[in-house]
Amino acid sequence: MVSWLQDISVWIIPATIFLIVLAGFLRRVPVYEAFVEGAAEGFHTTIRLLPFLVAMMVAINVFRFSGALDECIAVISPLLSRFGIPPELTPLAIMRSLSGSGSLGMVSELFNTYGPDSQVGRIASTILASTDTTFYVLTIYFGSVGIRNPRYSVLVGLTGDLAGFLAAIYICKTVFA
Amino acid sequence: MINFIWLFFLIVGIAYAGINGRVETVTQSAISGAETAVTLAFKLLGVMCLWLGIMKIAEKAGLIRIFAWILGPIIRLLFPGVPKGHPALGAIVMTVSANMLGLGNAATPFGIKAMQQLQELNPSRETATPAMCTLLALCTTGFTLVPATLIALRSAAGSVSPAEIVGVTVLTSLVATATALTADFLFRLVTGRRRG
Repeated sequence: MVSWLQDISVWIIPATIFLIVLAGFLRRVPVYEAFVEGAAEGFHTTIRLLPFLVAMMVAINVFRFSGALDECIAVISPLLSRFGIPPELTPLAIMRSLSGSGSLGMVSELFNTYGPDSQVGRIASTILASTDTTFYVLTIYFGSVGIRNPRYSVLVGLTGDLAGFLAAIYICKTVFA
Repeated sequence: MINFIWLFFLIVGIAYAGINGRVETVTQSAISGAETAVTLAFKLLGVMCLWLGIMKIAEKAGLIRIFAWILGPIIRLLFPGVPKGHPALGAIVMTVSANMLGLGNAATPFGIKAMQQLQELNPSRETATPAMCTLLALCTTGFTLVPATLIALRSAAGSVSPAEIVGVTVLTSLVATATALTADFLFRLVTGRRRG
């Protein structure tokens, strides 16, 4: 299982680049010029989304390191454990939507404390792998085109995160009973 | 909505730190947050240039149009507002495929490209269209078939079978994505605007 998964992940990028460049050559695209043209677009886009990213990271950082986030977690945790949700996983559930590096750190810590093959370790792995960092994705994607009003998509993203969190717990408890 | 959340993070964070006599952490974390944003953008800069460069070749070779044509009918079910054969469909297909293969690095540039193409169909410059919200729903739940990074992290932590979570991850991803898409669909109905 691991070996073919690794084979896929090793081959996929080289194969993609190879096929696209070859197809470009066969269709008489000036490949070098086309690449530079696309790269220049990528450059401008990334610069344009920087202000959005700074705004979001500053607010999330202040909220996180002031201790307010821990306070929220402390309030929510006992409520959730009443529904059979392990209290050691609640911090991860909240961090997952806010910060990618923060939740990666939390999962590593859970691995250290409980071990990657414990039930908590498995659930934490599944939560980390099955959803993306909603606020980061939202900021990057909408920032790149200058959208300032994301309408209902924050709620949609958070609903997906919540569903992923609950599904991870339920499915892991069923599969690894 | 995003205005409120942003305000909430800052006001509550600063007030909480102030009440607990740790107001200096606000300064530090605000500055480190701004620096992290630049670091992230810099990391993104390289992969953005690489993948949008490759994608430009694919576009000029007509590959994106072929992609959009083959997988378009399925994608179009989710994006009823996007006209048939529009290049955004091709970019959306590439975003979803990169996500499924666990190539987060490539998925982000493709997704941003798709957003830019959807923006061309947007009647107002600063408000997201329903199609953009659907794309975001797909990307925040990030449907993955090969969680390569996580398998590496698990083996590094000394796991006996690092890949045992692949099956449950796929299932969980499916549930999360389906829920987000359902929520997106309901919001789209409630807000009523079907265009774009």
